[in-house]
Amino acid sequence: MHGTRILNEADRLMTVCNSCRYCEGLCAVFPAMEMRRAFSDGDLNYLANLCHACGACYVDCQFSPPHEFNVNVPKTLAVARAESYAAYAWPQALSGAFTRNGLVISVIAALSMAAFILGFAALNDHSALFGVHTGAGAFYKLMPHNAMAALFSAAFLYAILALGMSLRAFWRDIGTPIGGRAEGGSIFQAIRDAGELRYLHGGGVGCYNEDDKPTDRRKVFHHLTFYGFLLCFAATSVATLYHYLLGREAPYPVWDLPVVLGTLGGIGLIVGPIGLFLAKTRRDPALLDENRYGMDVGFIAMLFLTGLTGMLLLILRGTVAMGPLLALHLGAVFALFITMPYGKFVHGIYRFAALVRYAQERRPAA
Amino acid sequence: MALTSSHRADGMSSKYDVLVIGGGNAALCAAIAARRGGASVLVLEGAPKFYRGGNTRHTRNMRCAHDAATEILTGPYTEEEFWEDLLRVTGGQTDEVLARHMIRESKDILNWIVEQGVRWQPSLGGTLSLGRTNSFFLGGGRAMLNALYLTAEQLGVNVAYDAEVTDLVIEDGMFLAARLKRPINGETEIRATSLVAAAGGFEANIEWLKQYWGEAADNFLIRGTPYNRGSILKMLLDKGVQEVGDPTQCHAVAIDARAPKFDGGIITRHDSVVFGIVVNKHAQRFYDEGEDLWPKRYAIWGRLVAAQPDQIAYIIFDSTVVTSFMPTLFPPIAARTVAELAGKLELEPAALENTITEFNAAVRPGTFDHTVLDDCVTEGITPPKTHWARKIETPPYLAYPVRPGITFTYLGTRVTKEARMLMADGKPSGNMFAAGEIMAGNVLGKGYAAGMGMTIGSVFGRIAGREAAKHARN
Repeated sequence: MHGTRILNEADRLMTVCNSCRYCEGLCAVFPAMEMRRAFSDGDLNYLANLCHACGACYVDCQFSPPHEFNVNVPKTLAVARAESYAAYAWPQALSGAFTRNGLVISVIAALSMAAFILGFAALNDHSALFGVHTGAGAFYKLMPHNAMAALFSAAFLYAILALGMSLRAFWRDIGTPIGGRAEGGSIFQAIRDAGELRYLHGGGVGCYNEDDKPTDRRKVFHHLTFYGFLLCFAATSVATLYHYLLGREAPYPVWDLPVVLGTLGGIGLIVGPIGLFLAKTRRDPALLDENRYGMDVGFIAMLFLTGLTGMLLLILRGTVAMGPLLALHLGAVFALFITMPYGKFVHGIYRFAALVRYAQERRPAA
Repeated sequence: MALTSSHRADGMSSKYDVLVIGGGNAALCAAIAARRGGASVLVLEGAPKFYRGGNTRHTRNMRCAHDAATEILTGPYTEEEFWEDLLRVTGGQTDEVLARHMIRESKDILNWIVEQGVRWQPSLGGTLSLGRTNSFFLGGGRAMLNALYLTAEQLGVNVAYDAEVTDLVIEDGMFLAARLKRPINGETEIRATSLVAAAGGFEANIEWLKQYWGEAADNFLIRGTPYNRGSILKMLLDKGVQEVGDPTQCHAVAIDARAPKFDGGIITRHDSVVFGIVVNKHAQRFYDEGEDLWPKRYAIWGRLVAAQPDQIAYIIFDSTVVTSFMPTLFPPIAARTVAELAGKLELEPAALENTITEFNAAVRPGTFDHTVLDDCVTEGITPPKTHWARKIETPPYLAYPVRPGITFTYLGTRVTKEARMLMADGKPSGNMFAAGEIMAGNVLGKGYAAGMGMTIGSVFGRIAGREAAKHARN
C-alpha cells in the first residue's frame, strides 16, 4: 500500500502495464517501468514526472475504459504528478498553495500588480506616473534601479531556493538509479531530451487530443512558450550586464540585444500560451486531471500576462501609458517569480530531473 | 476517386462496390486495398467502436519474410525458412500453393502496411527469440488498428459500428446483400457487388464450442472480445461455402483462472510452468512440465488443462524462481507451508504435500539453465519432468491457478489464391472473398507460430480487397 489513493492506482496500472509492455516504444515511462518489478512511492512519482502526457498509451491500450481493467495511464500519472508537486513543495507549510492553485496564482498576481501601481502612485507624483519619459534611465524615474534590482533579486533568489529544496526532496524520494551510473553525460542527454520534448510525441506522430488523429500542436506551442521564456530571461540577463558592466541604462533602442531578445521572447510568450490554452480545450477530457485545470491555466495565464505587458511596454514606452504599464509588467514578473515554486512551473524542474534519472538508468553500467 | 455507387448525401450508400464484414486487420487491409483499387467500400464492424478489431486488438506482431535485416529486424528470414517453420508447426496440415503464395506476398506487406500508417518497432522486452522473424507494432495491435481505421476513413471508406449482420443473401454462389439487425441510415439491407468476409472465428461462441467440448467449454476463458461469435462463418457454411480446418480444434494457452471471461488479452498468460510443477484439482501432476522451450510449450498447456477435471490446474513453485519470469498481472497466491497453500487453493493438503515430497525426492542434481534444454531431470516418477527440474522447498510457496484461454478457432471457409471462396461443389464463388481468421485454416491446419495470424490477415486482406474491387469494376 502506498501513501495515497492515486499512488495505489498508479501501482495497479504499472502492474498491468508491466505484464503487457506493448507501449514500451512510445516513450520513456514504460522502459523505466520495465526495469522494476515492484514500485515504491518514489518510483511512481518518478514515472509520473517522466510522463509528458501525450496520450498515446491511452489511445493504443486495449484495456483502457470501458474495459474492466480500466487502464488510464495519462490521467492517473497526471493526478499523481500534481500531487507530487505539493508533496515536494518547500517549505511544506506552503504546499496548500497547490490545492486551489488557479485562485492562489490569480490573487497573488492581482495583488502584486496592484502593489506596483499603488506603490508607483504613492512614491511618484501624478505627473511622473503619467508623464512621458524617454532616454536612458527613463524607467528609473518611476522606481529607482537599486530598489528594482534588490526587490527582484530577492524574489528570484527565493524562487531558486524554494525550487532547489523541492528538487532535493524529489531527487531523494526517487532513490538511486537502477542499473546505470550517475555521471555528467546523463545531464546532457536530459537537456537534449527536454529541449526537443523528445517524449511529447505519441511514439513519433504527436499528441492525442479530441480524436484518433494525433498532432504536434502542443509540442510547437510548448516550444514557443519555453524558448520565449528563455529569451526573455536572456534579455533581462543581458540588460543586467549592460547596466553593471557597461553602465548603460534601460530602456535600450529597439535594435539592441536586450530588446531583440525580449521582443522575440515576448512574441513566444504571447503566442505559445494562447496555443497551449487552445490545445488544452481540444484534449480528450478522459486524459486530463480536471482538478488541476486552474493550476495549468493559472501558469499559462501568468506567462501570457508577462509577455503581453512586456510587449505593450515596449510598444508604448514613449507614451503616457509607460508608467502604468511598467507597474503592471513588474507586478506580473514579480508574481511569476514568487509563485514559481508553487505552481505549474515546477513541472519543468521535476520532469528534467526525471529525464536525468532515466538517462542514468539507460546508460550501461561501467 | 469517383464512387460508382448511388451515394446519399449523408455519405452512407445502400449499394456499395465492396462490402467488408468484420473490423480487424484483415477487414481493414481489404477495405483499404479495395478503396485504393477504386471501389466504394463499407465496413460493417459488429462490435462497438472501443472493441473494434476482434483479435487484432490483442496482437503485437506480424511474421513476414524478408531477405535482409531491416531497421527493426535483426536478420534475414527467407521464404524457404518461413515455409519450413509453417510446415513444422502445422505438421504438414497446410495448402502448399496458398501458403507459399502468402509467404511470397508477406515480403511486400512489410512495406505496404507502413504505407497504411502502421509503425514498426523492434521486438519487445522478453521476446528476443522473435527479433529476427517478427515485426512488432509500435503501441501494439490497437495502435495498428487505429492507424488502419484512420487511413481507411481518410481514403473515404465508410465504417459502421455495432453493425450486426443477421443474414446474408446468397444465390448460386453470388453474394447479393447483407441484412442488418439495426438499420444504418434507415437501411436494414446493404447490397454490394462484392463481399469480403473478414469476421473472424467462433472462439467467443460458448454454445458452438460446446458442440465439440461439451460442458467443459463453460470453464473456458476467451482471450479476445465477446464479439468473435462466428456468425458470418456459420452463415457462409450454411449457404454452401466449402469448409476447411478441423471444427473441433482451437488454439488454447494456460491463462490465469482469475482473468475475466472475455478479453483478458495477452496479459493474463502464464509462462512459469517450467519453473515448478503443475497439478490438477486432485493435487496430482499430469504432464511433463519440462518438455520443451517457449513458445512450443506455451501453446500446449491450454489443451492439457482443458482435459483436466473442472478445467483447472495450479502452477506451483517456490520463492527462488519468482524473478525468473515476467511480472504477472495477478500476484501469485502465497503461503508459508505447502499445507497452507493447499488450503488457499482448496486442494487436499495431504495430497499436495505428498506430490511435492515425491517430486522433490525424484529431482536429480544438474545445472539449471532455462534458456536451453538443460540436464535437470527427475527419476522414478510419472510423469517425469525432463528439464529444469528443481526442488520446491524454499518458502513462501507460490501458486497460479490456470484455466484454458481460447485464442482462436481453425474452422473456416476454403479459398483460392485470390482469396475467393470456394463453394461446396468446388466452384469458385462469383463475388465472395474471405480474409483473416475466417479462412486461416487454409494455411494453418493446426498449431501456431507467433505473428502468423496477422500475416494471414494482412496478406489475404489486401488480396481480397484488390480482387473484390477488380470484380466490382468489371
